[in-house]
Amino acid sequence: MSQYLMSVYYVEGEEPLPDEIMQEMYADTDALNKKMQEAGAWVFGGGLHTPDTATVVRSEDGEFLTTDGPFPEAKEQIGGFWIIEAENLDAALDWASQATVACRAPVEIRPFQDEPAV
Amino acid sequence: MADDREIAEIFKRESGRAVATLVRRFGDIDVAEEAVQEAFVEAVRRWPEAGAPPSPAGWIITTAKNRAIDRLRREGLRDDRQTEAVRLLDHDEPEGIEIVEDDQLRLIFTCCHPALAVTAQVALTLRLIAGLQTEEIARAFLVSETTMAQRLVRAKRKIKAANIPYRIPGDAELPNRLKPVLAVIYLVYNEGHLATAGDHLIRHDVADEAVRLARLLADLMPDEPEVIGLLALLLLTESRQQARTGTAGELIRLPDQDRTLWDRSLIDEGQELVRICLRRNHPGPYQVQAAIAAVHSDARTAADTDWSQIVTLYDQLLQFATSPIVKLNRAIALAETGKVSDALATIDRLDLGDYHLFHATRGDMLERLGRADEAAAAYATAAELTANTAEKTHLRNREQQALGFAG
Repeated sequence: MSQYLMSVYYVEGEEPLPDEIMQEMYADTDALNKKMQEAGAWVFGGGLHTPDTATVVRSEDGEFLTTDGPFPEAKEQIGGFWIIEAENLDAALDWASQATVACRAPVEIRPFQDEPAV
Repeated sequence: MADDREIAEIFKRESGRAVATLVRRFGDIDVAEEAVQEAFVEAVRRWPEAGAPPSPAGWIITTAKNRAIDRLRREGLRDDRQTEAVRLLDHDEPEGIEIVEDDQLRLIFTCCHPALAVTAQVALTLRLIAGLQTEEIARAFLVSETTMAQRLVRAKRKIKAANIPYRIPGDAELPNRLKPVLAVIYLVYNEGHLATAGDHLIRHDVADEAVRLARLLADLMPDEPEVIGLLALLLLTESRQQARTGTAGELIRLPDQDRTLWDRSLIDEGQELVRICLRRNHPGPYQVQAAIAAVHSDARTAADTDWSQIVTLYDQLLQFATSPIVKLNRAIALAETGKVSDALATIDRLDLGDYHLFHATRGDMLERLGRADEAAAAYATAAELTANTAEKTHLRNREQQALGFAG
């Protein structure tokens, strides 16, 4: 079994989806969440507020520096994510295909490192 | 007795199978590759004196397994899967042929997994399935050995980190998963076959590797029509290899080739495979391209070509891929059936202005229609666009001829 981060991306500044489609998207995502939970693949997941609600904290010479806004200076931002457990990448990609359809957005799959041996 | 050259031959033939088997046993490509390399080093040390064992392949697999176990024990077994592999190996039995074949197929699908970049798929396939050395792959693709080595390391790291499985895709996924496998083999073939740069001889070895891979895949998946189609296409293209280049290394186009130089046995084999595909009647892009090549190979002279059959096949090909190049080729075939103005009307709608053959083809058609000045202009544009000196000269000549007829 491997764990994967499944991130849903959107492009900042793009026209938001019409309300009706948004409602469908929420319903589809909800249904997918249930399906993942029933299959034992769901570890965690959720949608995020927009990047302008983000705050970055850094530690420099023992001082904390807090700045407003998201860390990546990119147009593409994470809108939400799942952490899933899957047998292998093929199984994870199967969930990702369902996720991209449900969320109407590209989905990135990235493996977690194995837990370091203690 | 077995000398180094024979051992090198055995390595090329057998290392892919040995690596595939060891990947299944140990769940780790690096462990498998290293153990197989070590087994061959051992062979080079022993066989010249003691002679090759009765089953060199079996000997390599057994020796490699023992090397892998030694290594894993030495390093302390790292995970449960490897512990399990070693436990099973303590009661080891020889591998059955079906298991070994499935192993190879699994490894092919891992190497050509769509989560890997095409360049990585190509490198892994040549390295792990075809048994080429990193340096050979680097030379064929005109990159430094360091670059190629890094590409391989990165790809193997992704397979491991992302847990890209070692499995044959199920029936539902197969059509999609087979596409990159076929594309990799086709790309490797073209890389060697077209050899637009670099040492032609070295690059042609790569074309041979592609044919070998296509044969292997056809052995492993004899019921997949596109697999057979790809092999047929490569064999039929390969049959013209001797006729494709002139004494100065210049490219000779199909209509001008000396057809007595075509390899009859490759044509027979390719045509037989095309017939098998036609009987199965599950057409796909590789099968249709093979059928087009088969029609060409039926013609004793260029004038004997059954062009209307070729037009029909291009129409079929366009159902699978609507590429402007395919449309251009269809128009060329259509012009050969006598419908030159229809053909010209088609190509004038294509967005291929940067492609020299587009202009060369237009020139040819305009010339046939007696529009000499326009033909000359098209040849001139084509000559501007090609970097190949021999082709440039040829196109300049056509330009002059067209003007000559005009005058």
